[in-house]
Amino acid sequence: MSLNNWQPVIGLEVHVQLATRTKLFSSSPIAFGAEPNTQASEIDLGLPGVLPVLNKEAINHALKFGCAINAQISEKVIFARKNYFYPDLPKGYQISQLDDPIVGRGSVEIKLDEKSKIIGVTRAHLEEDAGKSIHDLYTNNSAIDLNRAGTCLLEIVSEPDLSSAEEAVEYLKKIHSIVTFLGISDGDMSQGSMRCDANVSVKKPDDQELGTRTELKNINSFKFVEKAIIFEIDRQIKELEKGRKIVQETRLYDSKKNLTRSMRSKEEANDYRYFPEPDLIPIKISEDQINDVRKNLPELPDIMKARLMKSYDLSDENAELVTANKETASFFEDVLSYEVSPKNAVNWITGDLFALLNKNDTNISESKVSPKHIAEIIQNIEDQKISGPSAKKLLEIVWSEGGEIQELIQNEGLEQISNDDEIEKILDEVISENQKQFEQLKSGKDRLQGFFVGQVMKKTSGSASPQVVNKLLKEKLSK
Amino acid sequence: MSELINLSLTDQIHGLADKSFSSREIADAYLDEIKKKKSLNCYISVFEEESKENALLADENIAQNKVRPLEGIPIAHKDIFCIKDKKTTCGSKMLSSFISPYSSEVFTKLDNAGAITIGKTNMDEFAMGSSNETSFYGNVLNPINEKLSPGGSSGGSAAAVRANLCSFATATDTGGSIRQPASFCGVTGIKPTYGRVSRWGMIAFASSLDQAGIIAKNAKDAAVALKYMSGFDQKDSTSLNEEVKDFQKEVDADQEHVIGIPKELIENMKNDQVRDSFKNAISILEKDGAKIEEINLPHIEYSLPAYYVIAPAECSANLARYDGIRFGHRSESVSSLEDLYVNSRTEGFGREVKNRIFIGTFCLSTGYYDAFYNKALKIRNLIKRDFDEAFKKVTSIAMPTCSNSSFELGSISDPVEMYEQDIYTIPANLAGLPALSIPSGKVNEMPIGLQLIGNYLDEGKILNLANKFQKLTDFHEFK
Repeated sequence: MSLNNWQPVIGLEVHVQLATRTKLFSSSPIAFGAEPNTQASEIDLGLPGVLPVLNKEAINHALKFGCAINAQISEKVIFARKNYFYPDLPKGYQISQLDDPIVGRGSVEIKLDEKSKIIGVTRAHLEEDAGKSIHDLYTNNSAIDLNRAGTCLLEIVSEPDLSSAEEAVEYLKKIHSIVTFLGISDGDMSQGSMRCDANVSVKKPDDQELGTRTELKNINSFKFVEKAIIFEIDRQIKELEKGRKIVQETRLYDSKKNLTRSMRSKEEANDYRYFPEPDLIPIKISEDQINDVRKNLPELPDIMKARLMKSYDLSDENAELVTANKETASFFEDVLSYEVSPKNAVNWITGDLFALLNKNDTNISESKVSPKHIAEIIQNIEDQKISGPSAKKLLEIVWSEGGEIQELIQNEGLEQISNDDEIEKILDEVISENQKQFEQLKSGKDRLQGFFVGQVMKKTSGSASPQVVNKLLKEKLSK
Repeated sequence: MSELINLSLTDQIHGLADKSFSSREIADAYLDEIKKKKSLNCYISVFEEESKENALLADENIAQNKVRPLEGIPIAHKDIFCIKDKKTTCGSKMLSSFISPYSSEVFTKLDNAGAITIGKTNMDEFAMGSSNETSFYGNVLNPINEKLSPGGSSGGSAAAVRANLCSFATATDTGGSIRQPASFCGVTGIKPTYGRVSRWGMIAFASSLDQAGIIAKNAKDAAVALKYMSGFDQKDSTSLNEEVKDFQKEVDADQEHVIGIPKELIENMKNDQVRDSFKNAISILEKDGAKIEEINLPHIEYSLPAYYVIAPAECSANLARYDGIRFGHRSESVSSLEDLYVNSRTEGFGREVKNRIFIGTFCLSTGYYDAFYNKALKIRNLIKRDFDEAFKKVTSIAMPTCSNSSFELGSISDPVEMYEQDIYTIPANLAGLPALSIPSGKVNEMPIGLQLIGNYLDEGKILNLANKFQKLTDFHEFK
């Protein structure tokens, strides 16, 4: 993509589903994957005569976020009705906030290519979620599941401070790590716990005013946020360079075709007719309440990252990797509690363990390998009791069958053979079985070296120390 | 047994307690009378068999001395209150087949107090109307003169009390819907302080104005009924967490009264007969020792326009849930989602409801919000302040309930002329103050009401004054 001296201007609206026990205005429980319409009370259904009662836990979660980004907190919280018709919006209006959002102006810091940048957060407000419309379950009919209707959302609106798709992704990751560290959301984008809309425009450096923006909807993974924004910036530049104008509109991202297409224009946009929700009274937030939340904030990712870099001498990159979310950070600290090398811990977690998690399409909180397993594997490597390949094998076994590391090492015969005599005996066997190749190696065909090491590893089921094999092979060649 | 239905609530309670008659006898007498006066069209539903069974249960309780305060008293609920497993129509085709899966707090409280729900009364559709002519179930006839309107929207409740079809009836008042029909039917009606009675399960018209109350034979009965209906409810965030005084004691207590008369309003009245009747009522109270003070309510003349912005605005959102999707009327001729909305609502709502939805939608639209809605809120605050100022020197405020006595059914076709019915009742709703209407004379051979407005939470004061007036006069007796 060629920017051709155009400057992208991007702002994100992130909807975070708050991990409250009950819904924002009803006592219905919140659980993902329950049978359709089993977690919806008369309030969630919007039956005649029902009234909302505010969930205090949601207020507390929002305050935590506000304190974490050093934002202004509103002294009073007022809800408003946002009116529009949609089949999965039971009341015909959504209870949201317009004036006096609970969280006012704040900021977060992102890092890209070693450079840090402050991104302003305009506001964050509480609102209820809608239900889900399902269009592909029945022919000629749509289905509605209202389990999600009324769950608590925190809508976090950024300033248009982001200047590239990469920055947008970093910002989104930062929001993700803040809300997961605070424990106010599981942040799971695949389950819709975090959803994102992007406002995108481009302008020339000298332009005083921002260009006409489009709003991109339905970009619900880090990868799609990046792709959708890249596509949209490119589309807008191409349009402008052809002498056309950008139309202010909402565009939908199609992840299969990797493009955005027009959903509705500004003229077709809803007039939401906001007005103060008369069924709720304004909630006052006291200075004491805010101080209390501030005092009890958990360690936040930026602070933890700095601490890890300092205490364990981790690189910026490694520290970033393990503090990307709360679960990884806790896992890492748990591994360290067994007194293994922090660097080895990072490498094993972000390398082999992440690969295993990816392969099994799951995340670290569902890991079948415990921090203790990882710690013991690392200890055995550090003590040179097992080889790297054996360690990997061990990890796989623990994942699929479970068990104690020490027992597994013995039962599977994974103990590393670092006894020179024993290995030399096997190496001699290999050489005598592969005389021709050995001659070729001697005459300079270096790539056959790996072949011999491999054969020894095969015969010892991976338990020979590769360093020792290499050392012995060199000795034999120089004879 | 027809004399049983003529008894006041207090006399019925005493008679049941000393076993002069049984609950079953009262219930049977009311059920007979309801059949005889079916043409008045007071009821949308009558629970004949269930009432008889419940009356027998009440008699058992009385026999075992397990007597709750309203044990065995047959009452009627306006069909705006949801009752579990009962049809709750709100006078609309839209809800003509809606069976509520839950009960309103008003029903639950009176049910727990031992009252027997004999039926549900007719009303203007969604409580929008002042003549009971907007009901999908046809208008109610005024029992005193069947050519005339019983008033509205609680016309069914007022007429049912006047015709001796229940001991007392619940009702609701958004802009005068209890007091105006009470005035037209010559009965006593009280709208308590906003927040005094829970709105849970009471179908919303305009949430910030709607308040449930009582229509009864006299002030004493109203005081007893109101006592058992009032109180804080966690399910209604606008419900007041304030002590409910014993209205039953207060109504009979020896109290001093300072009555404020808005002089300008009285002098500007167009109807001399109504003015004379009002002045006569005040002179009766003055002779009895009440002090009379002239007061000023400078902004009260803007009540009507302010009300007809705020009430429709809230109604336009409150009635959005009737979309044909989950409950209520669904059009048969549907070929798209838009059709489903438009046709279901076009068929399900009557003309007056549609008028108000249109007015409200318009007032909240971009560009009109400040000109209408915001301005109306400012007027509302000024009116509140006028009352606060007045209550610094008086203990209650008196004015007529209506500008005239009942009118002929079908005689008012201009909506604005109909809206002017509420000109004296609306201010108390805007300010959230308690207000009642008691019969105070006759104009054109039909009853006319005296309106008493009390200070916040001081229902006891106006009930006491009303009782005083009813001890001195016989306007409230059914002759």
